[in-house]
Amino acid sequence: MTDTPLLRIRNLAKFYGGRIGCTDVSFDLYPGEVMGIVGESGSGKSTLLNAMAGHIEPDGGEVLFNTRTDGLRDTRQMSEPERRMLARTDWAFVHQHARDGLRMSVSAGGNVGERLMAVGARRYDTVRAQAIDWLGRVEITEDRIDDRPTAFSGGMQQRLQIARNLVTGPRLVFMDEPTGGLDVSVQARLLDLLRGLVREMGLSAIIVTHDLAVVRLLADRLMVMKSGHVVESGLTDQVLDDPQHSYTQLLVSSVLQV
Amino acid sequence: MIKIENVSKTFTLHNQSSAVIRVMEGASLAVDPGECVALIGNSGAGKSTLMRMIYGNYLAASGSIMVGDLDVAQAEPRQIIALRRRTLGYVSQFLRVVPRVPTIDVVAEPLLSVGVDRGTAMARAQDLLTRLNIPQTLWTLSPTTFSGGEQQRVNIARGFAHIYPAMLLDEPTASLDAMNRETVLSLIEEAKSRGAAIIGIFHDKPARDRVADREVDVSAFTPKGQA
Repeated sequence: MTDTPLLRIRNLAKFYGGRIGCTDVSFDLYPGEVMGIVGESGSGKSTLLNAMAGHIEPDGGEVLFNTRTDGLRDTRQMSEPERRMLARTDWAFVHQHARDGLRMSVSAGGNVGERLMAVGARRYDTVRAQAIDWLGRVEITEDRIDDRPTAFSGGMQQRLQIARNLVTGPRLVFMDEPTGGLDVSVQARLLDLLRGLVREMGLSAIIVTHDLAVVRLLADRLMVMKSGHVVESGLTDQVLDDPQHSYTQLLVSSVLQV
Repeated sequence: MIKIENVSKTFTLHNQSSAVIRVMEGASLAVDPGECVALIGNSGAGKSTLMRMIYGNYLAASGSIMVGDLDVAQAEPRQIIALRRRTLGYVSQFLRVVPRVPTIDVVAEPLLSVGVDRGTAMARAQDLLTRLNIPQTLWTLSPTTFSGGEQQRVNIARGFAHIYPAMLLDEPTASLDAMNRETVLSLIEEAKSRGAAIIGIFHDKPARDRVADREVDVSAFTPKGQA
């Protein structure tokens, strides 16, 4: 077991004026781990995710990432080009709405190839071959490679977004409600796909969701947020089956049984 | 291999005026490699609770739970994850799987996650499914639509795929016919003979008498002054 975390968060905080977005968040994420963040709407989980990923500027704390060359470095102290490079290579971000993560006016193949070209791939045939390979892995057939995402269903758009993100072999994936808004059969297919990719590629992932069934299947660890604070964290099944905090108990007992 | 000392468990129900329920006190027990210990006691005595604490699924309020050289009661999540992957297997009463995943992959997954190559893992999964009489026509289907008995057998095949040094078995022979029950009992005997330490709950007394070396009555761990 390695002892260096891939991501180390210390006292991360984000305020919106006088209101708390999230505060006092600290944890370590190790290679290969999938962590879920749950909580009701407005609990600060998306704020936290965006603050970690550098999409919004935190007001305090550290976001340390174990870089390939220099070990743990605070991404908030990095230069803008360094941060952009990280976001294009070792990090990936899967948005809830696929249209936020895709270029809607560029073909499916172009969406996947663009990220490869951003890290220096230049030969058209290799880029296209890799795009076809990745579209296959997310179950989009080769004959759709030249179609635009606007011609895709919601589930296909989400799978295309995942292919675009994972093609550069990232080590850390941030996901914001990746299965939200999809019908259950498509959601199941996506969960299966994500689990396989996590295992095969040894990815670490942080998944924000309000769906406890999704975290039970995907996440090793769970963090429960309320009003911007982390109220409970631990092994996913332990937190769900033996919740300690009153809010978690309420959350778990509020789930509709199917 | 498994050593439990002075473990207690309470549940605090915050949403019912913070009622604290003491369910277990002073639980101690030890299991050697190659030994099978059966937990006995009435329904509600805490057999499954104790088992879940050993697996790290329930938090112990106090005491120590050593599995190998890890104290589950104190361990960090990632240590428990590693323990479950390599050392400690658990066959629960219910199969919980990602929908749409074929049965054969469900069974092979524990092997793949410890780095066994795909061919070997698949061969082992096929062997177990055959022994447990799951027809080959079902292997490529998801077990979510299977009957209760079939799901239970898939669950057992999955639980026995990787060779764990320690295993927890929660009613492994429930809802099985005589032939499959026989297969499960021989799987347990094989696990014992290669040195696995096993803790089991068996309501089926003949099964218990056959595989268990000792019985531990968990009602002895019920807190005093409570029914």
